[in-house]
Amino acid sequence: MTHSATRTIDGTPIGRVEGEGRLRIELHAGAVASVELRIFEPPRFFEALLRGRAYTEPPDITARICGICPVAYQMSACAAIEDACGMTVGGGLAELRRLLYCGEWLESHALHVYMLHAPDFLGYDGAVAMARDHRSDVERGLRLKRLGNRIMEVVGGRAIHPVNVRVGGFYRLPTAGELGELVHELRWALGAAMATVEWVSGFRAPAFEGDWDLIALAEPGAYPSLGRSVQASSGRLDIDAADFLAHVHERHVAHSTALHSSWAGGEYLVGALARYAISHAALPPQAAMAARDAGLGEMCRNPFQSIVVRSVEMMVACEEAMRIIDGYEAPRTPSVQVAPRAGVGHGVSEAPRGLLYHRYELAADGTIASATIVPPTSQNQAAIEHDLRRFAAENSGLDDATLATRCEQLVRCYDPCISCATHFLDVQVLRR
Amino acid sequence: MTAARPRLAVFKFASCDGCQLTLLDCEDELLALAGSVEITHFLEASSAVLAGPYDLSLVEGSITTAEDRERIRDVRRQSRRLVSIGACATAGGIQALRNMADVTEFTRAVYARPEYISTLATSTAIADHVPVDFELRGCPINRSQLLQVIASFLLGATPALPSSSVCVECKRRGTPCVMVTQGIPCLGPVTHAGCGALCPAYNRGCYGCFGPADTAATAALIPRLRQLRMADDAIVRTFHTFNAAAPAFRDVSTGVGERPA
Ligand code: SF4
Ligand code: SF4
Repeated sequence: MTHSATRTIDGTPIGRVEGEGRLRIELHAGAVASVELRIFEPPRFFEALLRGRAYTEPPDITARICGICPVAYQMSACAAIEDACGMTVGGGLAELRRLLYCGEWLESHALHVYMLHAPDFLGYDGAVAMARDHRSDVERGLRLKRLGNRIMEVVGGRAIHPVNVRVGGFYRLPTAGELGELVHELRWALGAAMATVEWVSGFRAPAFEGDWDLIALAEPGAYPSLGRSVQASSGRLDIDAADFLAHVHERHVAHSTALHSSWAGGEYLVGALARYAISHAALPPQAAMAARDAGLGEMCRNPFQSIVVRSVEMMVACEEAMRIIDGYEAPRTPSVQVAPRAGVGHGVSEAPRGLLYHRYELAADGTIASATIVPPTSQNQAAIEHDLRRFAAENSGLDDATLATRCEQLVRCYDPCISCATHFLDVQVLRR
Repeated sequence: MTAARPRLAVFKFASCDGCQLTLLDCEDELLALAGSVEITHFLEASSAVLAGPYDLSLVEGSITTAEDRERIRDVRRQSRRLVSIGACATAGGIQALRNMADVTEFTRAVYARPEYISTLATSTAIADHVPVDFELRGCPINRSQLLQVIASFLLGATPALPSSSVCVECKRRGTPCVMVTQGIPCLGPVTHAGCGALCPAYNRGCYGCFGPADTAATAALIPRLRQLRMADDAIVRTFHTFNAAAPAFRDVSTGVGERPA
């Protein structure tokens, strides 16, 4: 089968990703003819159903786009609406938003590193099977994940679709005592995240380098989660959130219910690799040390090593959370009042999987006239297909089953979130 | 041969993945659970997919495509017990707002090439298509309720979860009523219990994410919401979110206009 002239690898649904999709690879006489990452999550029409709703509603409604990164949706939605209303929420309330985000990064990264990605390197179908031989590692991952959820529960009221987030801030402020109770576990978690960096940097990553540009938020002096400045690692992009759509175009392709994003600069990638490339100098001290010891350098372009960067980011989440809790002084009010006005607002934030953009157009009374949401996975889809094409070409000598497995593993490196992208996976390899 | 462990499967339809993530969020119980059941089909957690039949299938998401309408029948045929989990699966989810709109227009509003999209005009609950053994409410479902449901079915029993309202849970939790003490509009009196009365504990009115309680008297709550200065369109919008297609919440649109206070 390997050397027949025409090969089609038609995949079963890709496991261990968020949401469902398929990959189809077509090879003609050993050369890759086409690669399609097929997203067949049924569309849920969020941008359409947001029209006519009140400007206070998007944090709750858009959270339901994705159960893995609801905080990201809430943060980008709040930022965009506050921008439309001519407001920025700063100070202690912004710090609490960052803390909530630390919870989501920790939970989502622990899930991806331990349950979705590590099994590929160690040769298991999933974390449960892996736990038979690596029980203490899996238990460490679960405990890190649990802490991420705990942070979201304390600050947000609930780990999935937090109830405590509103335009302007929160409904209720956590007490210093409630936050203080997280510190003991955070101290353990920082050590456990460092042990994770050591563990995963020992995994054998296939040699592969992406040739895309990397795009992420940049916050002065900080590793980014909230902010407005969007930059490319090449330096070819440095814009405010308001100009995002002028540079990034969404395209609708036949094989997908997700919209592809492209940029005049070509394929680009968002997510942990991008944040690290742009903001490694702003890593908090322990994370910076661990990154150095793991040999990460100033930039990591190998998607298979993204697991190391995600582990470093778990340390970032722990250090940041401790810094915020340590300096916590309860803001005067749980939220600031945001009065509606006619206008357009843009909001960006760093979801665990990368930059998430929201845009809302409001009427004078705050009714939403239009909404545009650009999730990280739609932005990454073109780069993922581009990488798959190169990777499949480099490995076309492999038999179909092995090639399909390797390609599926490559897809998991980007931590794609298909639920988000729909508005995306099955591996098929076609050989002709 | 030793007795085989019961076979657990998780299936996804139109959804956000949040309800099945709830299973992975049982960090303290997950490995023990994986010891007492055989997880045979759970794509989010394992790339190994074993064929049916399954003893217990958890189904997340709503039916929105012709393909999925067939797939759910196949899942039912392979499942001894089938539990639908979450508002998408039990009521159609937020995506059921299309049921009250024009789906072609929705498609044009979101996609540049509407011809690439095939979707049904409605988003419907799993029980609208196949018999369901139990419906677990919530957007998302509650972790400990999920564990209770799994444990009950493993024992061969039907889960006994309260079908009262969020109000009862506020009383149990000792949260003073936010409507009475703070004048905050709240859907708690008509919303199904299960979350432990989360929102009121955060100084927020319930927004109905667990859907209607079994005896939801929405008509009686509406005058109260009006008194608290909620506009009629805001009242309808609040009912028309994650459980918009659950009859008691759906029909509120006409209720507001017709039934006098
Ligand atoms: S019910 Fe809510 S949390 Fe569950 S899958 Fe649907 S949208 Fe997500
Ligand atoms: S109080 Fe209401 S809206 Fe809040 S979590 Fe409970 S059921 Fe959902």
